[in-house]
Amino acid sequence: MALDYEESKEKIVEALQKKAKTKSKFYFNDLSKILEAKPREAKKIVNKLIEEGVLEYWSSGSTTMYGLKGMGKQAGAEHEG
Amino acid sequence: MAKHETPLLDQLESGPWPSFVSDMKQEAEARAKNEGNVEYQVAQDNIEDLLGVLELSYNDCTTHWKHGGIVGVFGYGGGVIGRYCDQPEKFPGVAHFHTLRVNQPSGHFYTTDYLKKLCDLWEFRGSGMTNMHGSTGDIIFLGTTTPQLEEIFYEMTHKLDQDLGGSGSNLRTPSDCIGEARCEFACYDTQDLCTHLTMEYQDELHRPAFPYKFKFKFDGCPNCCVASIARADLSFIGTWRDEIQIDQEAVQAYVNGELKPNGGAHAGRDWGPFDIQKEVIDLCPTGCMKYENGKLEINNKECTRCMHCINVMPRALRPGKDKGCSILAGAKAPILDGAQMSSMLVPFIKVNKEDKYAEIKELIENIWDWWMEEGKNRERLGELMKRQGFQKLLEVTGLDPDPRMVQEPRHNPYIFWKEEEVPGGWGRDINEFRKHHQR
Repeated sequence: MALDYEESKEKIVEALQKKAKTKSKFYFNDLSKILEAKPREAKKIVNKLIEEGVLEYWSSGSTTMYGLKGMGKQAGAEHEG
Repeated sequence: MAKHETPLLDQLESGPWPSFVSDMKQEAEARAKNEGNVEYQVAQDNIEDLLGVLELSYNDCTTHWKHGGIVGVFGYGGGVIGRYCDQPEKFPGVAHFHTLRVNQPSGHFYTTDYLKKLCDLWEFRGSGMTNMHGSTGDIIFLGTTTPQLEEIFYEMTHKLDQDLGGSGSNLRTPSDCIGEARCEFACYDTQDLCTHLTMEYQDELHRPAFPYKFKFKFDGCPNCCVASIARADLSFIGTWRDEIQIDQEAVQAYVNGELKPNGGAHAGRDWGPFDIQKEVIDLCPTGCMKYENGKLEINNKECTRCMHCINVMPRALRPGKDKGCSILAGAKAPILDGAQMSSMLVPFIKVNKEDKYAEIKELIENIWDWWMEEGKNRERLGELMKRQGFQKLLEVTGLDPDPRMVQEPRHNPYIFWKEEEVPGGWGRDINEFRKHHQR
């Protein structure tokens, strides 16, 4: 069954905010675990969250991670938040 | 007069090889002169600052680049790699110096006109410094600021018909050899397959949801010019399943010295007359060739496609006529685990343009489904194959075990029977057994 977008969004935002004090960047796998969904299903939701600006990518060049937009050190430090 | 003193970098220019330092200085000078009246959108002296920060790194023996960042173009999770300098006051020109990966044309074919347009765009909106081509294969643009990213992306996609490449936990820009365009050894159309899969898997290329990077590379023949066997999670290597084509007259021409071996390569020194026994027959790794009474014979069943004989005598020997490719899986460089070469997964598959490579795509997607679900963070396919076993890979791809998948006997016995595959299962009639075997 396809995941409900609004419900999934709430789940992700809540889970990521809960961990915000210790962690601001998450692997894709962490997000699909939060959604309790198969990666391909989770990807559809995550793509939409990126599109809407709820999440943003962080990339080291080799690894990509996800975070709530504006969270974490870098956004402020590089004046790009 | 250079902006920063760079004695250590200057020393690099004194060696026998062309130096990237000289290239950078040349670009710095060209930007300072600006003979083309370019309205530079990023610091005109950024190459000077880049030389400065590199010199500082050589002095400090440490990097002055931070790790990664949050830059990209809208909707894309790859293609842009954030690079920030940790000495922005000293080197303001490179405070933000992001890298862009540009998807290279298949086989690296482009016109000079197209190259000029790319370079003009990069002079205008970036540092002007490129890396043609990175080890990824991409056209790499080195050094621009965040506000320029969307502008560059717009220009490339709307005017140059060009896309960004892959970076991060994505499908990386697929890369191939020049293939049938210029090479008679090519056993399939590498460029068509490479382009087709690039277009087909746009979502995987631009929106990262893999555990880590994933690479396709396409080699037209087992010479493996793209080194797919060592560098790609899925390597597509051209091969044939019939017999090497032999032109006995041409073999004679080589033996008689009328044709130069290796197409005349290695001709800088006198190696003496060509000796087919010493230079071809004795060097065959499986010893499957013989040359007797002026006739060359090959036991094709023993051939492991090393390509040596074909490379030495290309006019006399050619790959067979029934061509396709082998698919190997799991190569990687040493980051988490050690380096690995690809393992044979599909010994032979027809590369079928007509059905848009349906069979190949089915295989790819099965592998991805498995790896996306089971792969740990930053685990490459090759590491998952080691962790869960080759047998698991065969299960998810629906392939039957084949002796050609075994590298050497008794070394990697990763195929085990399961109870349901054995007629009668593990149970047996002990009385029947005892009739033939004493206690």
